[in-house]
Amino acid sequence: METGFTFANTLAALLTIGIISFLWKDNLLYKICEALFVGVSAGYWFVILYYQNLLPKLFDNLGITQIFGGDPGEPGALQVLFNEGRADSRLLYIFAGILGIMLLMRLLPNIGWIARWPIAFTVGTTAGLYFVSYFHSNAMAQLESSIIPFTSFNNIIIVVGTVTGLIYFYFSAERKGVLGGVANVGIWFLMITFGAMFGYTVMSRMSLLIGRFDFIFATWLGLV
Amino acid sequence: MFEKLLKLDRRVIFIFIAVALITPFFLDIKQPMTVSPEVRSLYDEFEKLKPGSKVLISFDYDPPSAPELQPMAVAMLKYCFAKDLKVYIIGLWPQGPLQANLAVEAVKADEHFKDDPPQYDVDYVNLGFMSGNEVVIKSIGSDIRRTFPRDNLGNPTHELEMMKGVTNYSNFDLIFNLSAGYPGTVEWVLFAVGRFNAKLVAGNTAVQSPGMYPYLNSGQLLGLAGGLKAAAELEDLAQYYGRGTKFMLSQSFAHLTIILFIIIGNLAYFATRGRNR
Repeated sequence: METGFTFANTLAALLTIGIISFLWKDNLLYKICEALFVGVSAGYWFVILYYQNLLPKLFDNLGITQIFGGDPGEPGALQVLFNEGRADSRLLYIFAGILGIMLLMRLLPNIGWIARWPIAFTVGTTAGLYFVSYFHSNAMAQLESSIIPFTSFNNIIIVVGTVTGLIYFYFSAERKGVLGGVANVGIWFLMITFGAMFGYTVMSRMSLLIGRFDFIFATWLGLV
Repeated sequence: MFEKLLKLDRRVIFIFIAVALITPFFLDIKQPMTVSPEVRSLYDEFEKLKPGSKVLISFDYDPPSAPELQPMAVAMLKYCFAKDLKVYIIGLWPQGPLQANLAVEAVKADEHFKDDPPQYDVDYVNLGFMSGNEVVIKSIGSDIRRTFPRDNLGNPTHELEMMKGVTNYSNFDLIFNLSAGYPGTVEWVLFAVGRFNAKLVAGNTAVQSPGMYPYLNSGQLLGLAGGLKAAAELEDLAQYYGRGTKFMLSQSFAHLTIILFIIIGNLAYFATRGRNR
């Protein structure tokens, strides 16, 4: 990365200072930086989605790019169909295109209900895709790794933590007596887990700040 | 005095944190590093590989997470190139392959590699970003060349020398996922490990690493590096000291400052509790 007072570095440094200035109080510079970030992000994602999804996967594969004089390197499914009389498997992208257009119907209040169909399709396929994998990796594999002998302190902690944590989330019986006591142990495990997660989060956020300070002092100002 | 402390303007704390983070930039102190078992496991998986082994590295992060993940990427790329491992770069995040390019440039600039810098399509390839999240991971299990028809430079993937004989996960000796969220390590565990039995190690941002420990414990993840501390540990193991080690000093100073304020805050609270009643 180029160091010093280049245009890009200076702009990035000013934007960083603008965003950090919110810590002092809400101000105009922060608002400008925030609006700029939102706008640039929206534009960036639009371009990425067009060039990574719509163009290569839909327009190039179907042959729409070729119809308008573009050359992605091979004929599209429509060209194969009309020139060679063969149905290419890429013709299936027509359905994806139709589902995409149906999704946009949400913008028209009178026929907005049409958008429910592609949403149902997406939810259904995602659920199907994840069901087996989640069950295997997040249920069965975790269950298997929790059935372990009490041969070490770590193993005892894992088994006791898992059992008491599960009992804490058991709501079908009143939490008193032995059940209440075990559930209270579960609370301790949960609290320690949340504490560890919070500690990691603080560490992560500090790292982001270190990255920006390094950019300002080393890359931009060249002091380090 | 304690009442004043309890009413301390939060901006004073911000200033203390900023000073704690910036001061170490100007200090020449080497912080001793203790390597944690999960980072050691990650490194050991790389150690088991023989020269010429194929490593798939997925750069699933963007510039905001670079302070934590980029040092891991640079350290392990240096390790891979020094050991003559073949590196295959992909990205499920749009900026991931660009971060990979920056990491490779950092390796090339290192004096250890000045005489023999890593060569494209000899030591590494960058297959670029592919949209589709977990579907991409699943698709690599069938055919990586169909999943990534062109590399990051626009070359047809099937024409690359390094891609000859590479079809799916069975051709990779190890997968290293650098992840800052979705899609990331969870998806790699669910689809690459769960469905194709791939060998996976991961470098994560600190904020998401606690969620990965169950996968580590169950053996679905073979090694885990979480956050800046782990980045510094990896640099220590690989003997390539970079920004992970440098930034860790700032991190430690900030932690000490936070701990100090927590202690002061609690002392002030307990000292004034009776008076407020």
